[in-house]
Amino acid sequence: MAWLERVPDPEIPVVSIVDLGIVRAVHCEDGVCEVTITPTYSGCPAMRAIEDDIVNVLKAHGMTQVRVVTRLAPAWTTDWMSERGREALRNYGIAPPRERAVDISGIVRRADPDVPCPQCGSMRTRLISAFGSTACKALYRCNACGEPFDYFKAH
Amino acid sequence: MDDALFEYALRMGDTTLVLSHRLSEWTGHGPVLEEELALSNVSLDLLGQARMWLTLAGDIEGRGRDEDKLAYLRDAPQYRNYLLVEQDNGHYGDTMARQFLFDTWHYFLLEKLSASTDERVAAIAAKGLKEVAYHARRSADLIVRLGDGTDDSHARMQAALEGAWRFAGELFHDDAVTRQLAGQGIVPLHAELAPHWENHVRGVIEEATLSLPPVQESRHPAYAGGIAGRHTEALGYLLAEMQFLQRAYPGASW
Repeated sequence: MAWLERVPDPEIPVVSIVDLGIVRAVHCEDGVCEVTITPTYSGCPAMRAIEDDIVNVLKAHGMTQVRVVTRLAPAWTTDWMSERGREALRNYGIAPPRERAVDISGIVRRADPDVPCPQCGSMRTRLISAFGSTACKALYRCNACGEPFDYFKAH
Repeated sequence: MDDALFEYALRMGDTTLVLSHRLSEWTGHGPVLEEELALSNVSLDLLGQARMWLTLAGDIEGRGRDEDKLAYLRDAPQYRNYLLVEQDNGHYGDTMARQFLFDTWHYFLLEKLSASTDERVAAIAAKGLKEVAYHARRSADLIVRLGDGTDDSHARMQAALEGAWRFAGELFHDDAVTRQLAGQGIVPLHAELAPHWENHVRGVIEEATLSLPPVQESRHPAYAGGIAGRHTEALGYLLAEMQFLQRAYPGASW
């Protein structure tokens, strides 16, 4: 697990796949490893790269055989993101996901979540677009400091 | 092999795949950058879901057809998607009308499928449901903005809604496949989704100051048949583009 903590997410390199909550289980015995991962979003194009990175890192540490298994259930949630991961996102300029107190389920429309600006901390922010540069993010702008920023959606 | 579940997994896989491809046609052509990003991301979510459904279909069939063989090497009559999702994009209002009617159905369906007695179906549905809830809320939001917008956007949104409406009835059609699987607790009867769907659609349409077309106008038998392989002309053109590379260069890979 410690080795995998140094595998960065391919699209957000400041966060490791462990801190994102993608790695669900690791089992190593006599140089043979089985790593269970769960996809973030169904169509996340980074999953293939993540599998390759896991194999490469473990082989570099002397593992002879590495198998990566994908598990769908239970579905990944941003609740699994570590505190260290959230802090790293904030320092990188991406607002981390709000806690689960923000209701993300259901079909009924509701107000956009209040998200503090990762630059100046102001709560005077507004949603610009439901999707940002990747499926896991939305685009906000801070009305206090004027900076646009990505928000890693609670999911 | 379980014929009914194979058919059903194909329906879900083909429906999400075809709509994903349609939405991807907006990439590079969106009315504004934010909308283009959104539709591209929705397309990506649906593509991911399509891969899981088609992989499941291939596993059930057990004849060595994987997601790629199923996607690239079948012709229109072998496709099992609903007619609604294969329709041309039209203008942005047309695309959003199609998306809103679809997302709402997709949400209520996945909600039921996530409680399926088949673990594989339940896992794919639960995964997709979180994404689709977000899609459904976004497309409802766009319907309200465009419907309750200018006179021009209102008129176009009303016409778009009426255009997509006639294909909505097929989403609630039950046949031997859904009846058998519903008996096993694997899928819901689709007719049972209709009241939830109509209720939500009506609420959003009213908020958008639009008029709901008569429900019976969505039930004409001429506008159904996709899940049995009888498609509109639109699908052939879509597949011709999507499958071109594998048809021209069989086995080509990255």
